[in-house]
Amino acid sequence: MRLTIKLYAGLERHLPENAKDNAVIVSISNRASVNDILRLYNVPMDQAHLVLRNGVYIPPAQRDASGFFVDGDTLAIWPPVAGG
Amino acid sequence: MAWTEKILRVNLTQGTVTPEPLNMDWAMQYLGQRGLASKYLAAEIDPKCDPLSADNKLIMTTGPLTGTSASTAGRYSVVTKGPLTGAIACSNSGGFLGAELKNAGWDMIIFEGRAKSPVYLYVENETAEIRPADALWGRTVWETDAMLHRKHQDPLLRIATIGRAAEKGCLYAAIVNDLHRAAGRSGVGAVMASKNLKAVAVRGTRGVGNLKDPARFLQSTAAAKKLLAESGVTGKGLPTFGTQVLMNVINEVGALPTRNGSAVQFDGARDISGEAMREPRKTDHRPNLTTNAGCFACTIACGRISTVDRGHFTISNKPEYWGASGGLEYEAAWALGTDTGVSDLDALTYANFLCNEDGMDPISFGATVAAAMELYQIGALTKTDTGGLELNFGSAEALVRAAELTAKGEGFGLELGLGSKRLCAKYGHPEFSMTVKGQEFPAYDPRGIQGMGLTYATSNRGACHLRSYTVSSEILGLPVKTDPLATEGKAELVKTFQDVTAAVDSIGLCVFSTFAWSLADIAPQLDAACKGEWNAARLLEAGERIWNLEREFNNAAGFTKKDDTLPERMLKEPAGTGPAKGKVNNLAAMLPEYYKLRGWTEEGVPTAATRRRLGLGA
Repeated sequence: MRLTIKLYAGLERHLPENAKDNAVIVSISNRASVNDILRLYNVPMDQAHLVLRNGVYIPPAQRDASGFFVDGDTLAIWPPVAGG
Repeated sequence: MAWTEKILRVNLTQGTVTPEPLNMDWAMQYLGQRGLASKYLAAEIDPKCDPLSADNKLIMTTGPLTGTSASTAGRYSVVTKGPLTGAIACSNSGGFLGAELKNAGWDMIIFEGRAKSPVYLYVENETAEIRPADALWGRTVWETDAMLHRKHQDPLLRIATIGRAAEKGCLYAAIVNDLHRAAGRSGVGAVMASKNLKAVAVRGTRGVGNLKDPARFLQSTAAAKKLLAESGVTGKGLPTFGTQVLMNVINEVGALPTRNGSAVQFDGARDISGEAMREPRKTDHRPNLTTNAGCFACTIACGRISTVDRGHFTISNKPEYWGASGGLEYEAAWALGTDTGVSDLDALTYANFLCNEDGMDPISFGATVAAAMELYQIGALTKTDTGGLELNFGSAEALVRAAELTAKGEGFGLELGLGSKRLCAKYGHPEFSMTVKGQEFPAYDPRGIQGMGLTYATSNRGACHLRSYTVSSEILGLPVKTDPLATEGKAELVKTFQDVTAAVDSIGLCVFSTFAWSLADIAPQLDAACKGEWNAARLLEAGERIWNLEREFNNAAGFTKKDDTLPERMLKEPAGTGPAKGKVNNLAAMLPEYYKLRGWTEEGVPTAATRRRLGLGA
């Protein structure tokens, strides 16, 4: 299935070369978990602070659940950030 | 003991400057800065006075830690009755002016009355003089700064000044210090202009001494600085990306008010984000961001210093804008860009330069242009009204022209300078004004972040994110993650953030320190510096006292429960996309609980028991 991965605030260095504007569309296994995706792209677990699926926060306890995504989902990740 | 225990009272009508002792009984109750100056204001002016009359007062105020070596301790505030709202206004600024004032030996300056002709105040340690400013009137902030530095031949002079916008009656005019830091919101600059006071120039060389326990102060501030350095947010995220790191975050969660709040996500968000500011431009191959910058004593340094491409249409024939200057922070980028639908980063940066150069709040300015664009879109506002300006959403040309006109107070800029509430009322569509108590709300849509709806509705200075930044919890997970779409628990969350922030402001620290510090980290620093026994519980109580004091000022000024609300769009028009799709802000589910937690009546008035508990009098 297709997943849009967006990495921000410095994490974009982990995206493949064909990524543009902090995002890339990839094919993933139907059984993939959030943490599987992090491992696949070498995103350090402790840097995956704000993890959103389609804009909704995914708490750490759900990040190992397999079969987490549906086709066309967007996964967006930030390290600890804040502003104001 | 960190307070200098001295106030400078400047009567502009009589032309007198008089030192007087600080009321230390009040300092023990209201700390300093925002809290203490609000106490003085409430005691000295009629809350019903015309904000632009000689009856209003304007207080420039530091906190007990301002000017010390505690991290972020460079803040000062301007407290007055605000002309945009008619509510109590407290506008907080960084840079170096606040610390300089403290180093000159003053906790605050109270300006009263009105000068017959333009003046500025010159402060050099214990000496303070009212001087003529006829040659400065009509000048920009940047010109005024240069002229005063030249006149006094002192490169270390710190200057706060108004620009042309304030002189021309812009109701959201700012007071800008150190060229591009600003007491930005609520129109404090308009009050300064109404007093014929152009600038305040300060030189202080006395140091901030007399700490209660210097060794313990150094230990506690060093430990607290370590926390800031080790935090991913204050040690890395903010210095690298600035507050602008939020543009993509808030867009992704579907809470980015777009085109005057008609949408909650912006397809141009990425192009104007903190990430984009660091990338080389396609045109001149230089990034927008030149460097980060820190205010006095700050070990975070979130400030942005930026350039515009010299070939860009905004400045190609204006070499005076070719250098690096104060760049976009998140709220400014949102108001100037997202809210107007403009995704041209260079145009937004130029408009931001103009806001600094002539002293305008970029939030209220951008949001007012956005409202004007919606009026123009439906034909309620025409080219005849605007003097030929085609105010189309997404037009960078319209945005920068509007900024030029408002900065100088020319043509349609005079109408834009009155804010969106007055503009939308005049053109028959008050519902297009995204304001609370007359002040434009900032970069978080209350349909997608429910707690921010309660924050805006109850903010004592009109809609504002800095009075209780629940985004920190609801979106960013600091200190704990809560669900942005839920209303349960938000009344308590908002109250806690409001009280903590009131205390932090009043100490003279930057609210961004609280991304890494709790009151338990702040209290030891204050306690080592200051007379009195200070712990987190006492600071929280002081914050609550300050909040209630501000509320009582507003109640006495004529505000009621009906003013604790949101623009109709936020309450009735559901979000169209993203996680909040189909949702409005459910303020009614939060407000009664909030009043109850505050110890207020159902009408939003502090009860006698609450007033007694907080020492607000019988």
